[in-house]
Amino acid sequence: MEKKRDFISKKEPLVSRENRKTVGYPNVENPRMTCRNVNVYYGDKQAINDVTLDIGRNEVIAMIGPSGCGKSTFLRCLNRMNDTIDFCSVVGNISLDGKNIYDKDVDVVPLRAQVGMVFQKPNPFPKSIYENVAYGPKIHGFVQNRTETDEIVETSLKKAGLWEEVKDRLNQPGTSLSGGQQQRLCIARTIAVGPEVILMDEPCSALDPIATARIEDLIDELRENFSIAIVTHSMQQASRVSQRTAYFHLGDLIEVGSTDQVFLNPLHQLTEDYVTGRFG
Amino acid sequence: MSETNIDIVNKGLGKRYRAEKRFRIYGVCAIAASLIFLAFLFISISSTGYTAFQQTFIRLSVYFDPEILGDTTNREGLASANFPAIVKQSLFKMFPEVQSRGEKKQLASLISSGASYYIRDMLIENPDFVGETIQVWLPADDDVDMLIKGHSDRGLVEAERRLNDRQIDWIQQLEKDGSIEKRFNKIFFTVGDSREPELAGIWGAASGSFFTMVITLLLSFPIGVAAAIYLEEFAKKNRWTDIIEVNINNLAAVPSIVFGLLGLAVFLNFFGMPRSAPLVGGLVMTLMTLPVIIIASRASLKSVPPSIREAALGVGASQMQMVFHHVLPLALPGMLTGAIIGMARALGETAPLLMIGMVAFIVDVPSGFTDPATALPVQIYLWADSPEKGFLEKTSAAIMVLLTFLIAMNALAVILRKKFEKRW
Ligand SMILES: Nc1ncnc2c1ncn2[C@@H]1O[C@H](COP(=O)(O)OP(=O)(O)OP(=O)(O)O)[C@@H](O)[C@H]1O
Ligand SMILES: [Mg+2]
Repeated sequence: MEKKRDFISKKEPLVSRENRKTVGYPNVENPRMTCRNVNVYYGDKQAINDVTLDIGRNEVIAMIGPSGCGKSTFLRCLNRMNDTIDFCSVVGNISLDGKNIYDKDVDVVPLRAQVGMVFQKPNPFPKSIYENVAYGPKIHGFVQNRTETDEIVETSLKKAGLWEEVKDRLNQPGTSLSGGQQQRLCIARTIAVGPEVILMDEPCSALDPIATARIEDLIDELRENFSIAIVTHSMQQASRVSQRTAYFHLGDLIEVGSTDQVFLNPLHQLTEDYVTGRFG
Repeated sequence: MSETNIDIVNKGLGKRYRAEKRFRIYGVCAIAASLIFLAFLFISISSTGYTAFQQTFIRLSVYFDPEILGDTTNREGLASANFPAIVKQSLFKMFPEVQSRGEKKQLASLISSGASYYIRDMLIENPDFVGETIQVWLPADDDVDMLIKGHSDRGLVEAERRLNDRQIDWIQQLEKDGSIEKRFNKIFFTVGDSREPELAGIWGAASGSFFTMVITLLLSFPIGVAAAIYLEEFAKKNRWTDIIEVNINNLAAVPSIVFGLLGLAVFLNFFGMPRSAPLVGGLVMTLMTLPVIIIASRASLKSVPPSIREAALGVGASQMQMVFHHVLPLALPGMLTGAIIGMARALGETAPLLMIGMVAFIVDVPSGFTDPATALPVQIYLWADSPEKGFLEKTSAAIMVLLTFLIAMNALAVILRKKFEKRW
């Protein structure tokens, strides 16, 4: 792998290296996840370039950047979802509570229970609403009987703000819900497993403004118990829901800082171009 | 430029619609042509085959003469009892004027040579018939059957007929008494093959096919599905899986006779399995059906949307749980359809069965996987090859039975597909 990195770095990018170093505050005190010098390759193509970033406790960190800059790729490294792509390789150190998740002895199954994921397109299982939520706790053995399952389904759906709408039709298929409801169902499904970190890849891109507002409120509430990393194309959304914002550009992490600072007072020229709408 | 965009669109519109109309006409013609061919096939087969579902029977008053039968209370007595004599005696009693030996022989040949077995079976069921006279309908000889059904021409000169004038006189006399009639042909549906058309049935071949298909289904579906799941979901995509994929695709195109030769060499000669057995037939059919099932199963696994897999992995399902809880239920209808189509193909396959001896003349209905048996398509081939006129209609009837099975299987495929198909 080292060889490959040499090979890549010999090719000079358009903007000089000096210019692409991360500026701002990638580190936080007492982080939940730490990423150090993360590089991701799709075959020979490098998609993420030496990214160092912390994800704090009880914070929402937004990841923004132009299309194709590697936000999804980076997010998917955090719960090793990239393992499913045969030719994708990750180099570097990503730790959850001090333990490197790419160590050989780490099992992805419990890892994904700790780091849950909500996808861009709502993807409920083609099963009942109840089963959608109960599935995770069932396979992990969190619940022993029907009453425990009922309980976890109800609390998860309540946390996701969906309970009132579906409590009378838990046996209907999850796919029969509206897009926004489906996305909240997916969030409930993720919460039900009791993760520490929730990754969200453009969770509102398929939703109307009202459904989006509901999910944003939900994210704000969830912050009490979880760390959340959210990818979004909407800068308004990033500024509404997040405490910190990270700006990616062509595989580089350009700037990290408090959301207010990144949007109002960007340190880097590229960030400024993007948030002011001159790029992207 | 006075021409606006909408003018250009309107100008081209006629051409576009004409192209569509032409295509629709081609489509309708194609459908009509295939329907005509199908209708032709069905009509020609059923018009020759439907008569086989009826059979000519002759009514006799059978006297169970204790003198001829002897002691029938034990098995040896039954085995040595002269049942043909009983049948003949009853027949001669109906035509007392027949005296000469030659004429008696001609008269006796109107009744099927298998009639005596029916008498025997009756007696075994009702041992107290001894000494009584019972009215029985017994199958007529196939020549009589053909004459009654109108397949033989009564107007031909005597030398060219299978039945001579005297015999036709007797038949006419029987017709006048109402002692000869066509009845539902139970024999055809309940017994195995025979050299006599009137005694030949499809049941032996159908059971042979059934046992063969059971073996094929039990082996090829689980093995094929497991192979497909492994290749598609678990195996790393590398040169080896590519080679395997190419080989599986090749196997699907190998002519079936080759599988028959393989079965002969491996299962019969090497492993010493019994000849003509549905077990071996099923194994050979499994080899033949496996590639079809693997290919269909892989295609239906591939068509499961990746979002479902990600959803399952995202909540921490293991690879195995993802496949069995989420992917497999969605892929199952496609797999079942593939399996049934593969099975239907195997049901209609003859060539490999010829190689492993399932073409032998077998009278007994097989009762297990290792009994000698034939299969439906082989039976069709055997009957089509027989010189007796009576087998002509049997052949068509057997084809009808086979087609019925095929239609039923394909309908099942459609029903299963509808039942398990879920939208996501
Ligand atoms: N499965 C893959 N195979 C090969 N290359 C990939 C794959 N997924 C992503 N890439 C490449 O990696 C780079 C980053 O992609 P990524 O999906 O992470 O972008 P993104 O920032 O999420 O973009 P968007 O905002 O449009 O979702 C892109 O250049 C893309 O072409
Ligand atoms: Mg993306």
